[in-house]
Amino acid sequence: MSWFQRIKEGITTSTNEKKETPEGLWYKCPSCKHIAPTKDHIARNYVCDQCGYHDRIGSQQYFEILFDDHQFTELDADMISLDPLEFTDTKKYSSRIKDTQKKTGFKDALRTGVGVVDGEPLVVACMDFGFIGGSMGSVVGEKIARGIDYSLKNKIPFMIISKSGGARMMEAAFSLMQMAKTSAKLTLLADAGIPYISLLTDPTTGGVTASYAMLGDVNIAEPKALIGFAGPRVVKETIGKDLPKGFQTAEFVLEHGFLDFIVDRRELKSKMAQLLRLFKN
Amino acid sequence: MNFLDFEKPVAELIDQIEKQKLIGEKSKVDVSVAVRQLEIRLEETRRNLYSKLTPWQKVQLSRHPDRPYSLAYIQAITDSNFVELFGDRTVKDDKAIVGGLGSIDGQTVMFIGQQKGTTTKQRQYRNFGMANPEGYRKALRLMKLAEKFGKPVVTLIDTPGAYPGLEAEERGQGEAIARNLFEMARLKVPVVCIIIGEGASGGALGIGIGDRVFMLENTWYSVISPESCSSILWRSWDFKEKAAEVLKLTADDMLKNRLIDGIIKEPVGGAHSRPEEMFKRVKAEITKSLQELGALSTQTLVNQRIEKFCSMGVVGQSN
Repeated sequence: MSWFQRIKEGITTSTNEKKETPEGLWYKCPSCKHIAPTKDHIARNYVCDQCGYHDRIGSQQYFEILFDDHQFTELDADMISLDPLEFTDTKKYSSRIKDTQKKTGFKDALRTGVGVVDGEPLVVACMDFGFIGGSMGSVVGEKIARGIDYSLKNKIPFMIISKSGGARMMEAAFSLMQMAKTSAKLTLLADAGIPYISLLTDPTTGGVTASYAMLGDVNIAEPKALIGFAGPRVVKETIGKDLPKGFQTAEFVLEHGFLDFIVDRRELKSKMAQLLRLFKN
Repeated sequence: MNFLDFEKPVAELIDQIEKQKLIGEKSKVDVSVAVRQLEIRLEETRRNLYSKLTPWQKVQLSRHPDRPYSLAYIQAITDSNFVELFGDRTVKDDKAIVGGLGSIDGQTVMFIGQQKGTTTKQRQYRNFGMANPEGYRKALRLMKLAEKFGKPVVTLIDTPGAYPGLEAEERGQGEAIARNLFEMARLKVPVVCIIIGEGASGGALGIGIGDRVFMLENTWYSVISPESCSSILWRSWDFKEKAAEVLKLTADDMLKNRLIDGIIKEPVGGAHSRPEEMFKRVKAEITKSLQELGALSTQTLVNQRIEKFCSMGVVGQSN
């Protein structure tokens, strides 16, 4: 019997019990260490069937989960950022973009897809965290604006899937104004009576939370997603003590009244279809 | 008087003038010539110094402890014909955002602004101008009140950011700011926003969606403060001067990038050197803007406002 007991999960596993997995074929849940065939993991929409952990996924995966037969048309697929401020920190912003494009295969941190969800048409703008922390710059703002234009023109409901650290610092005030731009554009959708559904996924913070992510007619989130305005580290520094357990999780935000409900990703598509029909009929 | 590090030459000259005057009083020697010469030199030094400020020096000026804050502007502009209104009608009254009805030459205007304190106690009371969600909700309540009675809205922006506290998160800081952006974009009355000090990120933007957005000459407006930018991108606070440069946060840069509509010149030496003159210039700009905006129909006003913000951003096409 030792004096102290480890209460944090994940560090009690003794070396001989540690499970190592080869790349590709098997998936090991980072939360509960459960191992499952990758094929099955994908079929469960990247959710661990043991503990319900939601793996972070990108726009391609969300589009495939939501749209019937994995079919969708991408809007503005070639839009790229132009580095309006010629920003340089430890590296030139323009080369940072090029490198990230090469590394991730994405053009920027958001893609817009138009397709059908269980027979219901829907425009989905989905963020990719892999592209500079899913940060919102001019491209993210403009793609959302054009996605809304498409919704308005074709009278199709609109959805944004947020996954972002906030505004992109390298576009400074241009990024800041994307908060204004997207919010202003959403008023047109509201005036036209077209539903806007916001899905907040892990993580959604900063300027994204303080603009479109919180402005849904219905705000929904994935389980345990980190959702907040200030990041947890900043809040901790401000108050000078440890944060309460579960602070800024989707469950916490739901409890405080800023979400309509939390949805398990395995039920995302059916829930969305149900919502869309309820709005329509 | 408080002086910033780069204002040292000015401080020294003022000190010398004071000393000369003192000598004159004590010894009955005529020092008027010497004083006048020093005053001419002071004026020259000031003009030189303030005409070529670096972005970081402007950031410092925007935070100058002697700078006038929102309530001082409102009292001066309305000639004290101002009734302050309190509370968000939900949780509490936020002291970091003030607001109320005031009169500019007979025209009633809803004033809203972030308020900083002038003494240590006052600074704490005002939470250093960092609003909680109820501050933004109070601002929105006042804007809706203005809309109901057809009164234009003037907001004065001066904040180091929205408060990043635990309770702010519990009460939905993100939602409060987002709601303001959304509602301000479609407010049916003219909105004029003026950055009078610090314009830090979402906290500033939360009362910053206007038909006309102005910055005073020595203020800054960006997505993040130079210090935080430095600590994130360079992992140290030592690059704040560099960050202030690359962020392009000065009034000149913001106007060049067409993210604001105009600049209001400050008296030589900054707004605090001659506050009365500053108030006069701000009042003139408000009056002019409200006249222009008053001529537009509600629909045109709102459409133009939405279009203006929707045109912000620079994108291209990949080959």
